Amino acid sequence: MMSNKTYDVIIIGAGSVGTPMAMSLAEKGISVLCLDSASSAGQGNNKCAIGGTRATHTEPAKVTLALRSLEVFRTWEEIHGESIGWYQGGYTYVAYDEDTISLFRRNVPLQRNAGLNINLVSPSEIEELVPGINTNGLLGGTWSPEDGSASPMLCCYAFYRRAAELGAEFGFNETVQRFNIDKEKVVSVITEKGTYSCGAVVNCAGSSAVEAGRMAEAELPVYPDCHEAGITEPVERLFDPMVVDIRKAPGSANYYFYQHETGQIVFCITPDPPVPGTSIEETSGFLPLVAPRMVNLYPRLANLKVRRVWRGVYPMTPDGSPILDRCGPSNHYIAVGMCGQGFMLAPGIGELMSRLLTDELNGKDREVLHELRLDRQFSSEEALK
Amino acid sequence: MSFQEKRIYRHPVLEQPDAERVEFTFNGQPAIGLEGEAVSSAIFAFGIHIFGHHHTDESPLGMFCANGQCSQCTLLIDGIPLKSCIVPLKRGMDVRSLEGLPLLEDLPGPDVLVPAKLQTRVLILGAGPSGMAAAIELGKAGIDTIIVDDKDRLGGKLVLQTHKFFGSEADCYAGTRGIHIAELLAGEISEMDSVDIWLDSIVLGVFNDGTVGIRCADGYRIVKPEYLLVATGAREKSLPFPGCTLPGVYGAGAFQTMVNRDLVRCAERIFVVGGGNVGLIGAYHALQAGMTVVGLAEALPVCGGYKVHADKIKRLGVPIFTRHSVIAAHGSEQVEAVTISGVDDSFTPLPGTERTWEVDTVLVAVGLSPVDEFHRKALDFGMKSMMAGDAEEIAEASAAMFTGRIRGLQIVASLGSGGVNIPDELMEKAEILKSPGGEILPYTPPEERTGVFPVLHCTQEIPCNPCMTVCPKDLIGTSGHPIMGLPEFHGECVGCEKCVAICPGLAVTLVDFRNSSDRPIVTVPFELGEWLLEEGMEMTVTGWEGDILGKAILTGWKYAAGFPKTLLLKLETPASIACRTAGVVVQDPDKIKPLPVPLEVPLPDTAVICRCERVTAGEIREHIRAGIRDMNHLKVLTRAGFGACGGKTCSTLIERICREEGIPPEEITPFTERPLFAETQLGWFTGKEHDDE
Repeated sequence: MMSNKTYDVIIIGAGSVGTPMAMSLAEKGISVLCLDSASSAGQGNNKCAIGGTRATHTEPAKVTLALRSLEVFRTWEEIHGESIGWYQGGYTYVAYDEDTISLFRRNVPLQRNAGLNINLVSPSEIEELVPGINTNGLLGGTWSPEDGSASPMLCCYAFYRRAAELGAEFGFNETVQRFNIDKEKVVSVITEKGTYSCGAVVNCAGSSAVEAGRMAEAELPVYPDCHEAGITEPVERLFDPMVVDIRKAPGSANYYFYQHETGQIVFCITPDPPVPGTSIEETSGFLPLVAPRMVNLYPRLANLKVRRVWRGVYPMTPDGSPILDRCGPSNHYIAVGMCGQGFMLAPGIGELMSRLLTDELNGKDREVLHELRLDRQFSSEEALK
Repeated sequence: MSFQEKRIYRHPVLEQPDAERVEFTFNGQPAIGLEGEAVSSAIFAFGIHIFGHHHTDESPLGMFCANGQCSQCTLLIDGIPLKSCIVPLKRGMDVRSLEGLPLLEDLPGPDVLVPAKLQTRVLILGAGPSGMAAAIELGKAGIDTIIVDDKDRLGGKLVLQTHKFFGSEADCYAGTRGIHIAELLAGEISEMDSVDIWLDSIVLGVFNDGTVGIRCADGYRIVKPEYLLVATGAREKSLPFPGCTLPGVYGAGAFQTMVNRDLVRCAERIFVVGGGNVGLIGAYHALQAGMTVVGLAEALPVCGGYKVHADKIKRLGVPIFTRHSVIAAHGSEQVEAVTISGVDDSFTPLPGTERTWEVDTVLVAVGLSPVDEFHRKALDFGMKSMMAGDAEEIAEASAAMFTGRIRGLQIVASLGSGGVNIPDELMEKAEILKSPGGEILPYTPPEERTGVFPVLHCTQEIPCNPCMTVCPKDLIGTSGHPIMGLPEFHGECVGCEKCVAICPGLAVTLVDFRNSSDRPIVTVPFELGEWLLEEGMEMTVTGWEGDILGKAILTGWKYAAGFPKTLLLKLETPASIACRTAGVVVQDPDKIKPLPVPLEVPLPDTAVICRCERVTAGEIREHIRAGIRDMNHLKVLTRAGFGACGGKTCSTLIERICREEGIPPEEITPFTERPLFAETQLGWFTGKEHDDE
């Protein structure tokens, strides 16, 4: 049956970004329809995220968005009474070489100026934070105790439920096929199931953002690449923070792991060179690549059983920061190019975009949007992406 | 408990393995086990069935799959949490139960080589009947083949089968016991130069570069085959009922592994759920191991297994309750009792029909589902792949050997090694061997009271004909299909007893009136052990379906020549019942009576569906009723499917709840399948650099 309802805002994608945005808009009483080709929320790359949430970035806009997002994660259970797997374990970046420790020495003052609670820590402090870590050659690192982790899937469903309670509508198993554009405005969105009139459209299509952008004749500088992650069996708590090692090694750049609220270790590695594309087929190389690095850093992991591995897509931009803007038709908005940080930034992004759509921007919002606009230079690459 | 108490020292077919006794400790207490046996079996032999308590609800944990899949048997072995059913016992091991989550200690990782990559022409996953049959064809053609299996010996489930096989002698060793077929096939493969055998090797995943990741005994290997044959068999379906996670509730495969492979006396009194061949044979194996089988329940009006299998256990005194199902296992820490109930046509329990027995074990044998995920992944990744045996279609092992052979020949042809013709006859036979039991025809035992002749207590068409091929005088034939047709006897029998000895269904007797017309001698096959027999003893004899006919005197017995471990009982029987005599009762009916009043049964929705994460039917039903249709969504909300087994057990049970709730299958989005097939320590992917020697 062809539906023909009218909505203030139609969001393309019910994933990490679209779902909390639907919630933020619904909270303002805006009528929202969120469309996704999968059969439930978060079935794209949300469920591939490993769950780290940090404000430890170097770009001010990201710090701002992340700080607000962390607040949402941290207070969710208290406010809404349901667990999203939040665990405030902090983040520690470890340094085993001079280049890395001097990078940290340069970054930490900048991060502190941006409002972050972050400090340089000594090898013995790291050993206290991560008992059992390999101290051979350890030079120190950073410690940001207010960062943490949560379950991306639990968060996505919590936002979805809340959005639905507030009146947002979701269309699953429904793929947006094209827009009706009239006089520089998207007047309706067409799926295989219906045509929906709208006041505005937001592209939150994650790794499909480029295809979705073309429906509005916008060419977006988003280039998906693939990462692989894994999770182990649960064990009693070993350590609190997300441990990040940004050294390069043959075949890989950084890798990181943390112990989830359930006791399971979740881990991920960045392939070097990057693997472009959107394939999420499992590779034979992942475990032999990541295991030696993790076991070397934290030797007792050798006896921990890996339970499952999976692959997800990072929709990258040239500078490693998201793009939040309006482009093409006058009512066409984009929240794309999350560079693998959609989950941890999205609650903040959802609120910001809802203020943009309702004309309620504050001064800080304008700074963030300026920094993350589409026509920026994309020149600097973030050191801690 | 001493070492001796819980092992099976007397078995009519099997002998205790010849292994060294070694000392180990369990929770600090000294114990003795057999070197190389599964640690879990060593613990069972010590009389302990509770391996720990679950971290979510402190419910007891114990054996469930005995197959390296479910993780319910995890123990701390030398400080490391490991699945005890796949760890071989070593001298001096420190074994501890697992209470809650384990603490990961700072200990050296697995002592293995660094991961290696290699290529082969053919990779066969699974060395059961179909995989071995395929390997033999590939070996004959001289094609480089690797056959891998997660167990320590070739044979797959054949090594658990103490009964004789159906089929035909020429095609699939009919009349020979599964354990001996395994030895025959293993012997053949071991002599093939082009076939490499990797035992203790677990497949972890199929990857997008056309490789298969295998955790071998000495390290992780990534193998790229030109052709993949998935002969991984089947996994047992489970059944949810309150108490189904209690130690003492096992799949039939687990039970057979403990009893027939490890000769551990894991049970005393059992109840079997499911009347397919697996359940019927499981009951028979329990009787062979000297256990009491208080009953068997089948939800359908008739058992789905071969009638000869059902009749065989009925004759020994096992009651079969059709239109009944299990509704609860009772006990606080392990199974102490079971309650069954009558069910209607839609399998809904009928109140007032409950019966409870005191048992220590409930054997669940409610069907199999194919382990076909490697094949599906291989096709997704564009690999050349085929399946054989149960992975392709659930059927008897005789059929699996046949389809394995065909697949082997097809791969030889596909790899272009000469002109290989696969005769149509092979394909036809494969189809015949897959046949489930056919219609049951009227039973008309002969009325004669002179001479000597066999009586064929066999009235269901099944793919089986060794009685016809074994008769030296060619007196047993069929007017029907050569393999499927019912056997008929005509002519002058010489009384050689071969048909009695070979029949896998123990459904042939020999009646001999030559020495007496009122007290003829009936020869009855018997596989439960000589120690149960006493010359001159009075035995209760039964008809073909276990109906009590009267008493007979055991005048003697002998081992059938050429059929190892098959005893032939000589029963002096009243003439009036001689031709109908088909078996002897071994179970005392007074010892298998239900309790006078059935125990109270918890609500069905308290049954655990996901045993890894302890998620109940009620929780799952609530979410489905609230509109959840994506199983990945359900997984997040309940954690069902997030556990160690990777959803292997609960996914079919959740499908079942969806069916009960009237959800059409097309509305359901299934779990996303991801490696690893079996949880594996990170150290396996690291390995240790070994010095060049």
